[in-house]
Parts: sequence; structure tokens; C-alpha cells
Amino acid sequence: MIEFFTEPWQHVFMQRAFLVVLMSGVVCGVIGSHVALRGMAFIGDAVAHAVFPGIAIAFALQTSLVVGGIVAGLVTALAIAVVSQNRRLKEDTVIGVFFAAAFGLGIVVMSTAPGYGGSLESFLFGSVLGIGSADVITVAIAGAVLLLTTGVLHKEFVTIGLDRETARAVGLPIFWLDMAMYAMVTIAIVISIQAVGNILVLALLITPAACARLLTDRIGRMMLIAPAIGALSGLTGLYLSYAFNLAAGGLIVLTATAVFVACWVFAPRHGLLSHRRKIATAALPARP
Amino acid sequence: MSLQVDAISVELGGRLVLHDVDLTVDASEQVGLIGPNGAGKTTLLRSLLGLLPLRSGAITINGRTPAEARGTIGYVPQRHEFVWDYPVDVRTAAMTGRTHHIGWLRRPRKADHAAIDQALERVDLTDLARRPIGELSGGQRQRVLVARALAVQPKLLLLDEPFTGLDVLTQEILTRLFKNLTAEGTAILMTTHDLPAAADTCSRLCLLNETVVADGPPDELRDPAVWLRAFGVARSEQLLHSLGVTR
Repeated sequence: MIEFFTEPWQHVFMQRAFLVVLMSGVVCGVIGSHVALRGMAFIGDAVAHAVFPGIAIAFALQTSLVVGGIVAGLVTALAIAVVSQNRRLKEDTVIGVFFAAAFGLGIVVMSTAPGYGGSLESFLFGSVLGIGSADVITVAIAGAVLLLTTGVLHKEFVTIGLDRETARAVGLPIFWLDMAMYAMVTIAIVISIQAVGNILVLALLITPAACARLLTDRIGRMMLIAPAIGALSGLTGLYLSYAFNLAAGGLIVLTATAVFVACWVFAPRHGLLSHRRKIATAALPARP
Repeated sequence: MSLQVDAISVELGGRLVLHDVDLTVDASEQVGLIGPNGAGKTTLLRSLLGLLPLRSGAITINGRTPAEARGTIGYVPQRHEFVWDYPVDVRTAAMTGRTHHIGWLRRPRKADHAAIDQALERVDLTDLARRPIGELSGGQRQRVLVARALAVQPKLLLLDEPFTGLDVLTQEILTRLFKNLTAEGTAILMTTHDLPAAADTCSRLCLLNETVVADGPPDELRDPAVWLRAFGVARSEQLLHSLGVTR
């Protein structure tokens, strides 16, 4: 039994995979809490797609994929923020236009590079077992910067999340704080793409945060629970992947989803069973 | 002079919503802003906060422009503007009123906590300070918004429909609070649909319908023609009756 847990750690590629999955889970859990609370899931999806052309260009130019992804994500986020100033277009419409465009550009660029099929697949579905030590260090540094920034801007993000209009009225620079949030979401997504891939990264961002929201009514606790669930899902998924030789990214996301379903049913205050019990209690006739 | 509005005009999406609005609110005054839906009441409040550009005219708040006066104004928006299912407690929600005041990279200090203690005390929410805001009643929510506005100890308090849909207890608490605040020198401007209550609590009423139709103490606004101009004929009879303008 103990061997089941220790054995994978003997391989260097598994050590790296564990570290990256752990860090991605923690960072996405923290950032994802803000994303879920502000109803930004669609923006997260958009950014996840938007980093694609950057990664494709970086791949074609043989430069850092992480830097390429971050630049492309930020450019798209900025484009969305600027174009949605036009009041005739709703923000999610603008997002729909831009993220499809970015993904199209990425596919075109990717198709110019020889032998793109394999890298496209690892980009879409993750390649957690093929992570280099330089990548581990990049993820660690980027993750630490993100966590620090979230902590530093916490009260500003909460103020905006509660009431944008009044936050603007008291003088907070909403536009720049929104850009900072987009940038943080972008970086969290880029560093997590290696673990679970482009298509599944949204789940790492949203699902643990959604679980945490069901379990608590305090944002501070939510930002501890979500990263714990993210990290735990990552580790569990990776163990299962090693044990049964199945796709790691998919298993990580499915583990998180299983936790979500459990929370949805069993959460002490906001779960399905608890609601049933409340309704049943309320329906009882009052005793004389 | 706390608030002075000189002949402002405001355009929203190409439509002139307010034109030639003149209004003053002095320290210790409580002024009720009254008008039908679409009269531009909320637009006027948002202009005072510096959230909308003026097409013409000027706004002065304690000798400064709205942008410069930010942080010295308390603003209470309508309750639906606030995300009530956000997972924070009453105290944290009130503290967000001081976010800008506290400043970047800083955590709340002693003075900030003291200000929040006092604000919660004034709206009678001290006992509920740790309760998640999602579990509050409508009246308690309104008091959270007022506490948040009081967090910066403002000289000017702007309230948008503070009495709409409230329980009697909260109405009493807020009415008493506003009286105390004006006695301490705060200037209050509030929009309202509740005309009898406004006539009761406000020292002055300002009738707005794209521009100021009438402005004076409730007793002086006895001319039915003024109310007809502000509200149109259809709604006015019952309204005037409830105010005692007509019998």
C-alpha cells in the first residue's frame, strides 16, 4: 500500500509532474475563486483559447511557450476590455468574437510549423509527464508572484466584486484592476496548460472554486479550500494516471468534478441534502 | 456650502437626461430628491459622484470638483446594485467603504477598525457583524450599505431610494440616524418615492423632472400646479392628497 504512494516518486519525470500539478492546483484555486465569484468563467475560457496563437508563434520561433502564451493572452484581454467600451456590444459578445479569432490564428500559425501535430496534441490535452526542470522553475516563480499579487490586491478585488459602481465612485481604478485580474487569470492558465492542457484548464480554475463556494460563506476560507481541492485533485489524478496508465489531464479534471458532485450533494449548508432537510423541517406542523 | 450644482446638463447615450439643474445642499440639511421614474434622479447622484461627464455646468463639493472630493462622499446605491451572494460578512462588506481610504498595499489599521465599529453601531448591526451578507433581510442589507457609506465619515451623504421596501424597524433606525447625522453637520441628499416620509423627514424637497421643477421646504410646496408639472396629471391626485396639498 505504502509502495503505491511512494513508487511514482522514484521517477524524476513523476516528481516534476507532481510539483507542477500541485502548484497549478493551488494557484488556479486561489485565482479561480475570484473568477467564479465575479462570474468570469467565460473570460477564463476566452483567455485559455487566446493564449493559443502565442504558444503557436513561440513554438514556430522556438522561444519560450510560457512567455508567448502570456503575451497573447494579455493582448486579447486588452482588446476585449477596449472593444467592450462600445456600449452597443455586450462584453460576452466581444469575448466570443475575440477568442474564436485567436484560436483560428493559432491553428493557422501552428500549421506552418513542421511536425505540429504532436505539439498541438500536447497543448490541447496537456503533457504533464514531459515537463522539463526549467518549466518547473518557471511555474514556481510565476505561481509565487501570482499568490503574492492576489494577497496584496485582495481588499481591492473584494471591493470591486461586491459593487463595481461604488468602487469606481470612491476612486478605485477599475479598468486597471480589471486588467490586473485578466493578467493574473492569463498567467494562471498558461502555467497550468502543461498539466491538464488547454481544453481542460478551465476546470482547474473553476471547479475547485465552485466546490469551495458550496462549503463556505467566507472568502478567506474559500481561498484556502479551493487550492486544497485543486492540489488534491491534481495529486489524485496523477496517481490514478500512473497506476492505470490513463490520461493524466482528464483524470485530474474528473477527480475535481467528483469532489464537486460530492459537495453539491453533501455540503453542510448549501448542499442538496441540506436543502431537502430544511424543506422537510419547515413543512413539519408546529407543535402545540 | 456642502454641495453646489450650477446649471448642469448631462447626456446619456445621446439623450439629454438632465438640463440646467441648479441645486444646493448645505451642511446639516436633509434634502429629498423627488420625481417620477426616468426623471434623472439616479443620473444626478451619479454625476455628483463624478461617474458621468457633464455636458455643461459645474458641480462643487466643499469647494472641490467631484473627482477631487472622492473619498469624502458617502454613497448608498439601490440595494440591487450590490452582489449579496458574495461570501463576506457584514463587517467586511462595511470595510470595503474604506478600501480607497486605507490605501494600496495596506491592511486596515486601528483607526479603520474604529470607524467600522462606529458605523455598525450607528445602524444597529454590531451584533450581526460576523454574519454572511447573503443571510440578511432586506432591511439589514440596507443598513449594511449605509454603514459602508458611513465608513469614511462623510460630510456629504448621497442615498438612492434608501426607504424602498423596508421593514418598520429599519425605517425608524435610518430616520433617527439621518436626523443625528444632520445635527452633526452632515449634508444629506436622498432620492425617494415615499413622499409622505420625505415630507416628514426632509428639511427641503427638490422636485426633479429633467430639470428642477420646484425646490423648497415641504410646507412651501403647496401649489398643486408644481406637482402636476413634475409628475404629470395621471398620478398626481392621490399623491397630492397624501401630502395634504389638496383635500
